[in-house]
Amino acid sequence: MVEIDLATVNWARAQFTLTAMYHWLFVPITLGLSFLCAFYETIYVRTGNEEWKRLTKFWMTLFGINFVIGIATGIILEFEFGTNWSNYSWMVGDIFGAPLAIEGIFAFFLEATFFVVMFFGWDRVSKNFHLFSTWMVAIGSNLSALWILVANGWMQYPVGMTFNPDNARFEMENFWEVLFSPVAISKFTHATTSSFVVGALFVIAISSYYLLKGRHVRMAQRSIAVASVFGLLAGIATAITGDESAYENASHQPMKLAAYEGLYDGGRGVDIVAFGLLTPGKRPGDGQDPFLFEISIPKGLSLLATRELNGFVPGINDLVYGNAAEGIAPVQEKIDRGKVAIADFAAYKEASKAGDETARAAALARFTPNQPYLGFGYLNSPEEVVPSVASIYYSFHIMVYVGSFIIFLLLLFLWAVKSGRLGEQRWLLRLGIVSFFLTYFASEMGWVVAEVGRQPWAIQDMLTVKMASTQIAAGHVQTTVVMFFVVFTVLLLAEAKIMLRQIKIGPEEV
Amino acid sequence: MIGKLDIVTLQQIWWILCSVVGSLFLFLNFVQGGQTLLWQVARDEREKALVINSLGRKWELTFTTLVLFGGALFAAFPKFYATSFGGAYWVWMLILFTFILQAVSYEYRKKPENLLGARTYEAFLLVNGSVGILLVGAAVGTFFTGSNFILNDYNQVTWTSRLRGVEAAFSLFNLSFGLFLVFNARVLGAMYLVNNIDFTGARELEARIRKSCLTSFLLALPFLLYVVVALLLIDGFGTDTNGVVSMVANKYLHNLLAMPAVLVLLLAGLFLVILGVTRTGLGTTTNGIWFGGLGTVLVGLAIFFTAGFNNTPFYPSKVDLQSSLTIYNASSSHYTLTAMSYVALFIPLVLGYIAYVWRLMDGRKIGAADIGDKKAY
Ligand code: HDD
Ligand code: HEM
Ligand code: HEM
Repeated sequence: MVEIDLATVNWARAQFTLTAMYHWLFVPITLGLSFLCAFYETIYVRTGNEEWKRLTKFWMTLFGINFVIGIATGIILEFEFGTNWSNYSWMVGDIFGAPLAIEGIFAFFLEATFFVVMFFGWDRVSKNFHLFSTWMVAIGSNLSALWILVANGWMQYPVGMTFNPDNARFEMENFWEVLFSPVAISKFTHATTSSFVVGALFVIAISSYYLLKGRHVRMAQRSIAVASVFGLLAGIATAITGDESAYENASHQPMKLAAYEGLYDGGRGVDIVAFGLLTPGKRPGDGQDPFLFEISIPKGLSLLATRELNGFVPGINDLVYGNAAEGIAPVQEKIDRGKVAIADFAAYKEASKAGDETARAAALARFTPNQPYLGFGYLNSPEEVVPSVASIYYSFHIMVYVGSFIIFLLLLFLWAVKSGRLGEQRWLLRLGIVSFFLTYFASEMGWVVAEVGRQPWAIQDMLTVKMASTQIAAGHVQTTVVMFFVVFTVLLLAEAKIMLRQIKIGPEEV
Repeated sequence: MIGKLDIVTLQQIWWILCSVVGSLFLFLNFVQGGQTLLWQVARDEREKALVINSLGRKWELTFTTLVLFGGALFAAFPKFYATSFGGAYWVWMLILFTFILQAVSYEYRKKPENLLGARTYEAFLLVNGSVGILLVGAAVGTFFTGSNFILNDYNQVTWTSRLRGVEAAFSLFNLSFGLFLVFNARVLGAMYLVNNIDFTGARELEARIRKSCLTSFLLALPFLLYVVVALLLIDGFGTDTNGVVSMVANKYLHNLLAMPAVLVLLLAGLFLVILGVTRTGLGTTTNGIWFGGLGTVLVGLAIFFTAGFNNTPFYPSKVDLQSSLTIYNASSSHYTLTAMSYVALFIPLVLGYIAYVWRLMDGRKIGAADIGDKKAY
């Protein structure tokens, strides 16, 4: 195999992080606001009240400004799998490429085609066809979320495939297993519902600003009424699907769960830390107390992870050093088997090239039982399987705190709308504005949990990130990282300025 | 039924499907062509607005077709995706940058406080239409001239040129091919604009656009001739029955003779483009785009078929012939190709609604009312 340049790998990671995080600045708003626009327009078509039409058009303007930059930042991700992770693209392309292509066929064309009608079709198509188009944009956006999250779910929990030694790649065996993987489903439901919350808060924040200024009052109240119902339902669904995600993590990525819960020593009936500060510099196996300070709920983690009060939850130490009583093998053992697998695989390749059938068959027979550990062979030490605990512990907790708080906040908004007191509660309106930024932050943090928690694996237990990379001098990647940073930042600034200006201008009033 | 197809058939079907998507992209490049015409044909803000709003109704289709082209190649020919995008890193990166710039330009150009000013966004559109398409052409040219990669036993790529793909643009053949695409896009752009805009009160704009169709075609012609003649004369890459790759004299001429249908596609395509040019550039009709568009698709198909069929590696390596990619050694597994073929059954439905919406939205041409709208680009 070729030599790996770690600098390249790290720059490639930085690039993916940068571009994905930028993309995700715009995606949640697209996902949430597209449905809200569809709701508003439905009300307009049902009631025939022109005020709802103006309101719809206003939110659509903001939607469009956000949408195009979402597209600009998306195209690069699509090709980055090839440019930065070419070995990955080859090794898993047989499975991973399919959802990306399907996304293009089913989702992106829906968005692209009907977006034009939604924007420019008001007096070119019938009222009903326009409404239909708005719904198609919403459905298309969320369908694109489905397929990309199926792809992402597969990286977290690879199913429905086998390894083909002749090609040195994984091949798909069962499409339905990939599509209906429980991880894919929990990812899709959690990522979309949480984005609905972000979209709802976007509307609430801007409307609250109008109410505080005493401008566009009726329009703002109407917008908030719909958005807070939508946001509340989505918020509850976010909590449920988030819990489901954690449950899936417990079965398929126990290391990720242990890390974001700060659990070093597992056991039965383990507590969950509701609030705690991690001990800085703590390493696996060093015997230090993981927390400087903590408030825990007894048996909470067992209940969450296994749905049983006394279920067993492995900690980081159990997963790294093994736990014979619970049948967990130490990582060192997997690394050893992985190294044997690498050697046998090389022998198999040599024999194939030499046309030596007996040696080839023998090498394959030795390789096959160790093949599942092939990826582990590229690790240098068992501790490498532990992701950065602090980053994901804090990210996870921020997300959960915000998630709980938002449900509470939306209840308050709903109450204020119902009782007709929205205009008087200035503190609530101010909180509405701040909370938009909080949910935004929580949403980005969710991805940090999911993606940093997957380290060091690109494909969980199969392919390490460093083996996934393209062989290219680090300088090239470094240059494009800087280019992306500059271009995306300039575009982001332009977007923000345009958006703020349009908010200042506000909706048309008669 | 699809479940019973053998792998070779599926590989060929998928090469055809990818070729169709690629050729449709070349047709939809009328958007890019229109972008490069903008500064020449539109003399004032009103004329500019007409051109930009007309193109602005379609840019996303072109963009999405490019995305689908990438996705379809990833799913059907992952080894190509891994080798080319990872290897010819800079060509693809630069192409992508020009498309990133394009994506925001329509929406942001006319918005108040857009940070960069309308001129900058217009410059982005120009860069996308010129540099972007030129590089796309150079990249496609390497299907015939070869690239600089070596694949090891594990199919990992090593690229031997430090320019990481940009070297493609320094070959006369690739460069000519790229320039041909740029000028052809302008031809198509002019045809589309003539078809799409209501020129009431803007007759001079119409005259300029019609004229530019003709001049762009005349500028495209020498590059086209060079590409065609070179293609017939150069040594090409061929595989024998054991899959061993070697250089074959006049390979692509042989391919055209061995596959007369492809030759017919090529000639019919060129004929249709010329017909479209005469209708738009010399006549007064507005339907030139349909001739030029169909013609471009047919020429595109002929190019992709010549590159991939008849024992020809479509992504050859100059530095290590045996690393070259054919549609047979670069494809996905039988299972994946089968699954993807079921998905592909929905493509006609997608094309159907795109065509329906296109007709519905273009029932009335882009005119004064559209550029006066607050949402106008
Ligand atoms: C959960 C949702 C989600 C996630 C995780 C991603 N995207 Fe995305 N993407 C969307 C949801 C979305 C969207 C909502 O559909 C977008 C965003 C804004 C927009 O306008 O469409 C979009 C746009 C978009 C586009 C432009 C589509 C067009 O031509 O119209 C591309 C090529 C990608 N994305 C590709 C990716 C890739 C390769 C991702 C993985 C790393 C990715 N996206 C993550
Ligand atoms: C848009 C939302 C997403 C965000 C914000 C996000 C975030 C991140 C982050 C922070 C990293 C860096 C992890 C590290 O190197 O420590 C990363 C890496 C990566 N992500 Fe995502 N991700 C997103 C979606 C996806 C999706 C949907 C996929 C796959 C379908 C994906 C595939 C990858 C790959 C291949 C890498 C590079 C390899 C690695 O470092 O693990 N990401 N992402
Ligand atoms: C209310 C309690 C919440 C819980 C229990 C929860 C739980 C989780 C878990 C366990 C993950 C990791 C999934 C994985 O790695 O497979 C995750 C990811 C994520 N979370 Fe949350 N979450 C909550 C609230 C929120 C909120 C309020 C938002 C944003 C508004 C949010 C946005 C995300 C996103 C975008 C991801 C990454 C996508 C994914 O992996 O599904 N979450 N969440």
